[in-house]
Amino acid sequence: MTAQLSGAGPVPAAPATAGPPAPPPRRRHPGRPVWAGRPSTSLTIGKGVVLTLLVAAVLVPLWAVLVTSLASRGTIDDAGGMVMIPREFDPSAYITIFSGGDVTRAVWVSTLVTVAGTTVSLVLTVLAAYGLSRPGSVAHRGLLFYFLLTFLIFPGLVPSYLVVTGLGLKDSLWSLILPSAISVFNLVVIRAFFMNVPAELLDSARIDGAGELRILTRIVLPLSKAVIAVVGLFYAVGYWNVYFNAVLYIDSNDKFPIQRVLQSYILAGQSPNVSGTSVNLPGVTAYPPTLAVKMAVVVVTVIPAVIIYPFVQRHFTKGVITGAVKG
Amino acid sequence: MAAPAAVLLLVFHYLPTLGNIIAFQDYNPFVGDDPLDAFLNSEWIGFGNFEALFRDPLFWDAVRNTLSITAFQLVFFFPLPILLALILNSVVSGRLRGFVQSVVYLPHFFSWVLVVTFFVQMFGGAGLLAQEMRQAGLEPWGIMTNPDTFIVLVTAEAVWKDLGWGAIVFLAALSAIDQNLYEAAAADGAGRWRRLWHITLPGLRPVIVLLLIMRLGDALSVGFEQFILQREAVGRQAAEVLDTFVYYQAISTQQWGLGAAAGLFKAVVGLVLILTANKIAHRLGEQGVYSKS
Repeated sequence: MTAQLSGAGPVPAAPATAGPPAPPPRRRHPGRPVWAGRPSTSLTIGKGVVLTLLVAAVLVPLWAVLVTSLASRGTIDDAGGMVMIPREFDPSAYITIFSGGDVTRAVWVSTLVTVAGTTVSLVLTVLAAYGLSRPGSVAHRGLLFYFLLTFLIFPGLVPSYLVVTGLGLKDSLWSLILPSAISVFNLVVIRAFFMNVPAELLDSARIDGAGELRILTRIVLPLSKAVIAVVGLFYAVGYWNVYFNAVLYIDSNDKFPIQRVLQSYILAGQSPNVSGTSVNLPGVTAYPPTLAVKMAVVVVTVIPAVIIYPFVQRHFTKGVITGAVKG
Repeated sequence: MAAPAAVLLLVFHYLPTLGNIIAFQDYNPFVGDDPLDAFLNSEWIGFGNFEALFRDPLFWDAVRNTLSITAFQLVFFFPLPILLALILNSVVSGRLRGFVQSVVYLPHFFSWVLVVTFFVQMFGGAGLLAQEMRQAGLEPWGIMTNPDTFIVLVTAEAVWKDLGWGAIVFLAALSAIDQNLYEAAAADGAGRWRRLWHITLPGLRPVIVLLLIMRLGDALSVGFEQFILQREAVGRQAAEVLDTFVYYQAISTQQWGLGAAAGLFKAVVGLVLILTANKIAHRLGEQGVYSKS
């Protein structure tokens, strides 16, 4: 899957050939226009080095964390810490963190907050974006101004904290959802997309007797799958990554989201309280090394983003750009 | 249909914005049953909180740190996504470009806790670099705990997280440039660098100006979680920025009025900055964040 920018230069997608491979084309770079001329060798090498370093800067830490989380005590001791070369596949760290304790609970809390929060956010944002995408609807201009003004004026931390606690949301998981449920940026992105749906389409549905909600769910939404996917990812990532609001509002350990637990293990240096029963784990003879357990928590925190991301990534340029350019 | 979203913004955005008036109070949470009651019963002290704030050397430390980091990142971070977009745009192979994009966008989706964790595991006292240096018989440097180089560290973390993501908007602007301009320029004998200077950069200018304005309006916020997370390790002197100052003044030490005053100061200065920057952009004939209308 190649993620091209729409219309970013003449790069034809290679058609999938089923038969024997066709003879390779003569020109080495079929995408470069004839007038462009060949870049100098040093420039090409320079770009190659830069891109390689950037890719390595992202992949090397991910690799080191993954390999260390699967390493045995002996391998970690030999390496003196982080392991770069896998020697074995030892899942005991994962068995440990998922057999009850802080991490298991935090993964559930974060999953719950992410699913509930993303649902609330998407539904409310889509409804608002649809309402604001029809010029001429009730108080259209005033409402739009009301939403856009949030870009210019910000509530401070202190009054926000007082409002959330005043509403009795302290130590409730809703405090991680409601205050950040509406991102006006996301709303503007979706609205820009909705405005591109031809009005004739909606008018004809209206003549056929469809109500607004029906038009939204049957016509507008199916045409906007790409942008909904991207905004859904933005919201989900925001909820999965919530950390500071949990520091502010959540007091009980059993409601800590995963980021808070990760912070206490790695950055604050608490030793992982991963399981109530530290012995007799199924299939594990020795207690796994602390470093492997810590790195397994890192992997668990990274994984949701890495899994969802490829499915949504090809929509990025489309979704982000309509918002950024028109907003 | 916009009603539920509007209500949420009213409660969690506009109501707290109004709540900033406690900056003019000696707000005391214990004189009432809930924050509203406490607000009604707290004493009004005019600009007392602001006077105390402007006399507080810790506040000016935080302002100085914030502005230094903004300036540093404007020079050492802001141009990098533009360079990356130019490089990516010149990569002819769509497959290679797609791969690089997939990889460099990814850290944008990591939380600050994760980003700092990765840096600790790579460069911290027990990290990969330190352990390699020890094995080579060298003394590892304390990059993660050195207040003098903290500004470089936070910038490196920000670059790692958002360099790729920042390039997207420039890639979009690049793809909107009319390809015929390049062909015509090439036919007239303009080389690679002259085409870059006379076509590509003017094509990017509106986006660059827009992002500069937004950055300027945000000059007093340099990120929050990133600093909260590392304040212990490097100490307050280097890591206290305005946002962390508000947090530690108000919520940790319970000086609510003072914290609210610092927050209000930041919001007002930010609003003035963004309006000014936008006005300058209009004078220069750019579109800016919002149009004149």
